[in-house]
Amino acid sequence: MDYLLSLVIFFPSFGAIILGIFLRAENIESNKNAKLLSLVSTFATLIFSLFVIYNFNSDESGFQLVEEYEWLMGLNYKVGIDGISLPLVILTTVTMPIVIISSWKIENKVKEYMICFLLLETLILGVFCSLDIVLFYLFFESGLIPMFLIIGIWGGNNRVYAAFKFFLYTLLGSILMLFAIIYMWTVSGTTDVPSLMSFNFNSSGFSLFGYSIKGGIQSLLWVAFFASFAVKLPMWPFHTWLPDAHVQAPTGGSVVLAAILLKMGGYGFLRFSLPMFPDASILFQNFIFVISIIGIIYTSLVAMMQTDIKKLIAYSSVAHMGFVTLGIFSMNQQGIDGAIFQMISHGIISAALFLLVGVVYDRMHTREIKFYGGLVSRMPNYALFFIFFTMANVGLPGTSGFVGEFLALLGAFQVNKLASIIACLGIVLSACYALWLSRTVIFGTITNSRLLKITDLDGREKLFFFPLIVLTLVLGVIPFLILEISSNSVGLLVSNFVENIE
Amino acid sequence: MNISDILILGPEILLIIYALMSILFASFFKHESSNHFIFNCTILMFLISALIIYLTPLEGESNIESIFIRDSFSKFFQVLILLSVSCLLFMSKKYLEKNDLFKFEYPILILFSTLGMMIMISSKNFLLLYLGLEIQSLSLYVISSFRRENLKSTEAGLKYFILGSLSSGLMLFGISLIYGSTGSINFELISSLITSKGFYPGIIAGLVFLISGFAFKASAVPFHMWTPDVYEGSPTPVTAFFATVPKIAAVAVLLRVLFDCFGPLLESWQQVIILISVLSMLLGSIAAIGQDNIKRLMAYSSIGHIGFVLIGIASGTDKGLSAVLIYMVLYVIMNIGVFVFILNMERNGVAVTSINSLNMYNEVSKGQTLFLTILLFSLAGIPPLAGFFGKFLIFNAAINAGLSWLAIIAGISSVIAAFYYLRIVYLMYFGMVSDPLNGNMPTSHWLILSGSAILMLIGIINLYGLEGPSFLVAKSLLN
Repeated sequence: MDYLLSLVIFFPSFGAIILGIFLRAENIESNKNAKLLSLVSTFATLIFSLFVIYNFNSDESGFQLVEEYEWLMGLNYKVGIDGISLPLVILTTVTMPIVIISSWKIENKVKEYMICFLLLETLILGVFCSLDIVLFYLFFESGLIPMFLIIGIWGGNNRVYAAFKFFLYTLLGSILMLFAIIYMWTVSGTTDVPSLMSFNFNSSGFSLFGYSIKGGIQSLLWVAFFASFAVKLPMWPFHTWLPDAHVQAPTGGSVVLAAILLKMGGYGFLRFSLPMFPDASILFQNFIFVISIIGIIYTSLVAMMQTDIKKLIAYSSVAHMGFVTLGIFSMNQQGIDGAIFQMISHGIISAALFLLVGVVYDRMHTREIKFYGGLVSRMPNYALFFIFFTMANVGLPGTSGFVGEFLALLGAFQVNKLASIIACLGIVLSACYALWLSRTVIFGTITNSRLLKITDLDGREKLFFFPLIVLTLVLGVIPFLILEISSNSVGLLVSNFVENIE
Repeated sequence: MNISDILILGPEILLIIYALMSILFASFFKHESSNHFIFNCTILMFLISALIIYLTPLEGESNIESIFIRDSFSKFFQVLILLSVSCLLFMSKKYLEKNDLFKFEYPILILFSTLGMMIMISSKNFLLLYLGLEIQSLSLYVISSFRRENLKSTEAGLKYFILGSLSSGLMLFGISLIYGSTGSINFELISSLITSKGFYPGIIAGLVFLISGFAFKASAVPFHMWTPDVYEGSPTPVTAFFATVPKIAAVAVLLRVLFDCFGPLLESWQQVIILISVLSMLLGSIAAIGQDNIKRLMAYSSIGHIGFVLIGIASGTDKGLSAVLIYMVLYVIMNIGVFVFILNMERNGVAVTSINSLNMYNEVSKGQTLFLTILLFSLAGIPPLAGFFGKFLIFNAAINAGLSWLAIIAGISSVIAAFYYLRIVYLMYFGMVSDPLNGNMPTSHWLILSGSAILMLIGIINLYGLEGPSFLVAKSLLN
């Protein structure tokens, strides 16, 4: 199976090409075919990715299933996975079929919608698998095009503003990274990720326009990468595009955005910032801690004040990403394990939450919190799922949310006690808004007469919540499933990191 | 002078004989079908001479080498010019017929200007260069006012003529200063003189005038004023021509003069090039935001792109030069694709150039919208489309040459520029429903549009294998 990884990466876009070329008619049957075909290709990708797990040896810490071919300009097409990227790859392949099923009710430009999502899946998988830094950039940046179209074409009323903000914000962030990448290429003469990891970028300070720059070139490169990843993740104060994009995007778009696209930022920190710029990372550690904590507390407070369910969940995503950065930059085994776990768990839970919002939005076409209330009496199944996932989002023990946050805080505690204690407040705050949200939306009596006819989940909707519930519970009880995959690679990352610090 | 010298000039001689014969032919057979005949023959002649140039061996002594040379550099650019001009001529036929502009003068004028460009690129001597430039410019002045009864077209022609002759004057003045300081008009002699004796102030002054003249032809800021007006006023096929072919020629000649003749003075002209490059990029990206006329928008877009190309020139390395060559190829392909679309923008038989008329174009024609979207994303330099690689190579060259700050300005302006390309995409896919365009497109045009879009997509695989040859060409120019 020499081409297994490439097969996983490009299979969805293969489906997209078939859709684009052969599906010409525009009627109900062809729409159904488009949905079926994209479901089949995402599902096949999921199966292939299970083969990847089967072929993956979790005792090894380096890159596996590596494929390398020559490309232009002395660059290489090189892909491979290790324990850090594999969980994210699986997260992607698991989420995409669910997204497709959840979009079954889309009637407007179905073919284009499916093509966008299939191409997006290829690009996301490419980001997680590429081992050539320019190839990484290519995948990272290309994802903007389908996402721009998804928000713009199938989005809400204010979609134009949201789409442009999303596009230009992320483009500006990543163009700085592009310069850093070219500079690294110039200095080290290679774009190969493993060799760049072992290359020592100069970290002796110098002065620029009279300001002395600690950490020298490494700091500048770190900042350039940070600009891109912090926007993508997003970290406070670079998060302002996220609520807009989430609120305007269609349900499927929100799910992909929250569950997978945000993780590219965290992945970037782990793959590039830490191993390639260790000195600068140490230098900026406290800075990251400070903005992570501000992010956690501030966005939790903001979430409490929201009137729109989707916006509330979007802000809660920013808060949860704060735990991820906290874990990553604690730079020890527990912290980074926790960060990876938190990314996966947040991927599952936030996907479920956005799908839950989508369910009531499909029925009532509003996301106003005030509009709802007392849903439990009309929609008992929905209420059950809603409570389950909001509690998982809070990080209730027994759900996967708990493990990630706990490990991340544990890691941070070893480095900076104060930081982790303040961050713990974030869990309390998240309980505040989550409980408030579920009390207002689910419990109480129905006061809004339009809700009297709302129907409970149908079979299709239960179908896509079921795997998410199972995953949340299983990972909450048996966290080793992921930690076993990731721990060796994380161990290597940490030990290399300690070695490389001057 | 012997027979082999004449053979080197073969394509130019072929074209000029053909041009004279077709003038005679057209004045004897004044019939619609003879126009068609001349059109098709001209395209054929362009293709034949492209083939001849492509097949010309590089080695081969010639006695006129000090005046006229057919090296790999000129071959590259001449083939590019001939191929794109034949494509443009082919595209413009339908539009000219529809708008009552289908006259035999059109292909002949295009042919003369192309001839001028070919001479410019191959010349190794200021006198020949100037002659080529004037043949080109005089034909362009006439073509831009080709729609005589239209006020805007006449204005465009007049404006272009006045400013163009001013720039020719500047350039001539520069040449005379250089001649006065060195006593030569031959590139190689001047170059070796500068190397052996250092430079005179006169050379620098002459060089600045010369660069101003070329900057005018390439429409780089601050010599860009004519561009939006001429683009807007000229008939659309002429705009398409202006946006591509003379730009290639101007960049090629600039490269030839700067590296062949003033190579040793790299540090002196680098600053000038950097300045106009920064100004062009910023103006090109900022001024385009407010435009509603798609032709004016493309004018500003071309100004911005020239700014990028100038970065590659300013880097002064083989990497930079090969980046310039690849960028020009991509630029031409993208522009041909976009202009073939603009040529077909019409409502009830009347040509429309307003961007707002593209509202919800997706409802009119899905295929065209998709292809234009790909081209626009490529112009904006978003991966994985080929336009990204053009920018990437330029950035790479700049950072390698220690011009990181210039690359950062370029990056910022490309983000700003992305906004106005995206605006068109946004209008086409999710704008307001308004009075739609007809959306008809002849099959041949549709093929060109889809072809250029598909080229942008498959460029990611190996950049059409251009990388190796362009590097060799760049190396040969630097030596």
